[in-house]
Amino acid sequence: MDKKVNITINGFPVELKKGKTILEAAEEQGIKIPTLCYHKDLCVAGNCRVCVVEVVGQKRLSAACATPCEDGMEILTNSLKVRNSRKHIIELILAEHNADCTKCYRNGNCELQELSSEYKIMTQDFIELAPLKNYTIDMYSPSIMKDDSKCIKCQRCVRTCAELQGVNALTVAYKGDHMRISTFFEKAMNDVVCTNCGQCVNHCPTGALVERNYIEEVWGAISDPTKHVVVQTAPAVRVGLGEEMGMKPGERVTGKMVAALRRLGFDSVLDTDFTADLTIVEEGTELLTRLKKALVEKDKSIRIPMITSCSPGWIKYIEHLYPDNLDNLSTCKSPQQMFGALAKTYYAKARNIEPEDIVSVSIMPCTAKKYEAHRPEMHDSGYRDVDYVLTTRELAIMVKQAGLDFDKLAPAKFDRLMGDSTGAGVIFGATGGVMEAALRTAYELVTGRDVPFENLNIAPVRGMEGVRKASIKIENPLEEWAFLDGVELKCAVAHGLVNAKKIMDAIKAGEADFHFVEIMACPGGCLGGGGQPIPTNPEIRQKRAEAIYAEDADLPIRKSHENPEVQKLYKDFLKEPLGEISHHLLHTKYTKRERF
Amino acid sequence: MAYSYQLKRVDFIFRNENDWEKVLSNTIKKKPDEIINELISSELKGRGGAGFPTGLKWKLTAESKSKEKYVICNADEGEPGTFKDREILTKVPYKVLTAMAVCGYVTGAKEGFIYLRGEYKFLEEELNKTIDEFQYYCQEINLDFKIKIFMGSGAYICGEETALMESMEGRRGEPRNKPPFPTQAGYRKKPTVINNVETLVHTWTIFKYGAKKFYDLGVQYSRGTKLFSVSGDTPKPGIYELELGMSLQDFVYEFGDGDTKAVQVGGASGFLVPRKKFKDTAIGYEGKLVGISLPTGGSMMLFNSSRSMFNVLDNYLEFFREESCGQCTPCRVGCQQLLLGIKAVKRGEKPASYLDKLLKLTETMQLTAKCGLGQSVANSFSSIVENFREEMIY
Repeated sequence: MDKKVNITINGFPVELKKGKTILEAAEEQGIKIPTLCYHKDLCVAGNCRVCVVEVVGQKRLSAACATPCEDGMEILTNSLKVRNSRKHIIELILAEHNADCTKCYRNGNCELQELSSEYKIMTQDFIELAPLKNYTIDMYSPSIMKDDSKCIKCQRCVRTCAELQGVNALTVAYKGDHMRISTFFEKAMNDVVCTNCGQCVNHCPTGALVERNYIEEVWGAISDPTKHVVVQTAPAVRVGLGEEMGMKPGERVTGKMVAALRRLGFDSVLDTDFTADLTIVEEGTELLTRLKKALVEKDKSIRIPMITSCSPGWIKYIEHLYPDNLDNLSTCKSPQQMFGALAKTYYAKARNIEPEDIVSVSIMPCTAKKYEAHRPEMHDSGYRDVDYVLTTRELAIMVKQAGLDFDKLAPAKFDRLMGDSTGAGVIFGATGGVMEAALRTAYELVTGRDVPFENLNIAPVRGMEGVRKASIKIENPLEEWAFLDGVELKCAVAHGLVNAKKIMDAIKAGEADFHFVEIMACPGGCLGGGGQPIPTNPEIRQKRAEAIYAEDADLPIRKSHENPEVQKLYKDFLKEPLGEISHHLLHTKYTKRERF
Repeated sequence: MAYSYQLKRVDFIFRNENDWEKVLSNTIKKKPDEIINELISSELKGRGGAGFPTGLKWKLTAESKSKEKYVICNADEGEPGTFKDREILTKVPYKVLTAMAVCGYVTGAKEGFIYLRGEYKFLEEELNKTIDEFQYYCQEINLDFKIKIFMGSGAYICGEETALMESMEGRRGEPRNKPPFPTQAGYRKKPTVINNVETLVHTWTIFKYGAKKFYDLGVQYSRGTKLFSVSGDTPKPGIYELELGMSLQDFVYEFGDGDTKAVQVGGASGFLVPRKKFKDTAIGYEGKLVGISLPTGGSMMLFNSSRSMFNVLDNYLEFFREESCGQCTPCRVGCQQLLLGIKAVKRGEKPASYLDKLLKLTETMQLTAKCGLGQSVANSFSSIVENFREEMIY
């Protein structure tokens, strides 16, 4: 039996389970207590002090987020003392914050702005501190910009980087008035262990951490009549974009998104899902080839498990922190980069356009994709494979700038040639999706039969558990794969780099006997990516995941290798998986990096 | 008119006694409950400044269920104007060690730490020798208790008990949210007694001479003696053990230079008392004996009329601005605002009425700051600004 406590909130009696905080208790009662440093994804810090409430009989106010309810507490959330103090604190935060709202990237979606508007802070009596400090903006990273003058020191980014990602690129430095959020030896974000995952951006209440945006560059390309601008859209964008357009989390807006992109002026609206399917064929074949080499030929140089390489945040993480395990990574490029390489070769040829006239844009739920596109090795088409990467949020800004009434847009379909996709490509957007898609294809390749799960839904790899494990026993394989008969194919899925660490440590210690591992840098997979709409929290990510799987269920083809355009691509261009052209265009190598 | 005063000098703490082995072995012959009750009946309160009843602290920790518990001696003496703990650890360290061991016996803790202020590095070597001797005796009497020194790194905030524990655990010295309190979840989230150096020495006195002897000293609510670090405009700066409850007037008669304008009681985080209020002020814990009663960690700074109170406040605020951990808004931004604010008023850039705005700000800091540092900035600020307002403006 759970113990109950009785309290009153603003005079009204409330009975609730023991162990809840005042903030949670008030929320249950429909009373909003303002917060800034609090975030549902993170541990409680209690340092902004905006959520202070009065507990009758206590000399000082209590932080609602950090104070558990005790039996008999009389809580006042809106007394004069509370209001005055809270207002004072907001004024103090504003005095420290560079409140040049009209010139801020987060204008209109800023928790501090909302709060000061709610409390009608109309004057600034306190001395403005931001101009007194020599703040600079860190713009060295192609993914993330950090502007300390807008930082309110809530440490949400620090906790995100530590608790969700285990990266600790962002930490607190100095004390007192010099205290600030910094990096190792105050190097630029681009020069430290930062994986560019953008979770800090997603969790920042203000404009201190934002993505490096390329909106104007893309408008420029679109307006240039000599350029042919192709755009690809990642699977997770279609279940997130709606939120930026005022819809509820979990709305699927694939058709409207395509219609909007076409109206923005892109010459061809294509789908990253297409190359997601291609990734599965390449990666599935790579997995089977590796298993054959390892199990039959006993080739010691082959590293098992093979680990997915779709998530550029994860790639940078492993390059920094597990450089000895780079051979475990699949050599497949991510779908975005496969697309980019093909756009300026296969697509250019088929459409008879000079590759140098093609501008390749991708819409991603991700900030790390910006860095990935910048990597020097991503020039296999002879040009930069992907020219500009926009986040879901940047796309939303463009749609608004173009004056499109998103709601009224009639759904449209992707253009052909690299616009076709299957359900397997769509679920790349959710954690476990790559694994599921790969199993659907690999199992069939090996046995000639469907995966033994109802409706192809491989439930054990779905869900939001940080680390999930599954295994499939292979029975009666085709002759070519006879060596796999009776083998239990062991898989693991992790999302959020802090969970990736658990798997990697197990692999390093030799305690894991997996064959295939999927790792996504962000919580929930791409749908919870650092480029997705703000706010994010477990409920929102759950809704987006449901939308992804619904999208999969609704598609006529749900196995990557059955994608007719992928089949055509192999017939006309690539010839065979892991073939010479594939090797040149679709596979990559990794770089060992320092630990800091 | 002659004023007769009496300051009761006592000599317990620095009395050189060679019988710590006996005190230790005799004390741990008693049941833990007996020892706790004795501490409670002595009404000893924490000598770090906050004044939490020591017996109760030990009791709560003893009652907390955990296999792992800790005793910490807080020797991060950082309050401007205090230097008594250094003297204790130099002259009578064995008293502190004995008290820690008894505390371990009472609460069930097997490990104790002395969190030594970074600037007291020079004490470490000697102290370690004493600890080695002490441990040897503990082994002889089969007392399973280990003491180690943990060196601080010089941050004022690490004197705050939870920040101290964070620092010991290898993180930034930032205060934690309370509850839970250290008695439930302290060092390594285990029940922990954390006492000031001086508090521990007073428990020795109680173990050796009995609770009554201690209780008979001092006044109601403020029993026993206290070490005072006397500094500033005084002909005889130093460390003095005095009974609690004395009036500030008496204190100034004894230690003043005849021209004492004000006394800062309790260091930068304490209160400034102007000459006209000396008579109405007593030094002790709460409970109104003579007008107001001020607690102190032991720092007593005297200022004569040659001192500018603006400079004094300016100095304190600069200290706080620097030493705030920077974690919570009211303290981090508040301290900067107070400092810049008084300077702006002095320069005429802000009207005198801005001081009232700042006084209101200190109220908010007191109500909302996460730990004692931010909460107590209001003490010196309001007592100086309210009593010497004209010095702030002109």
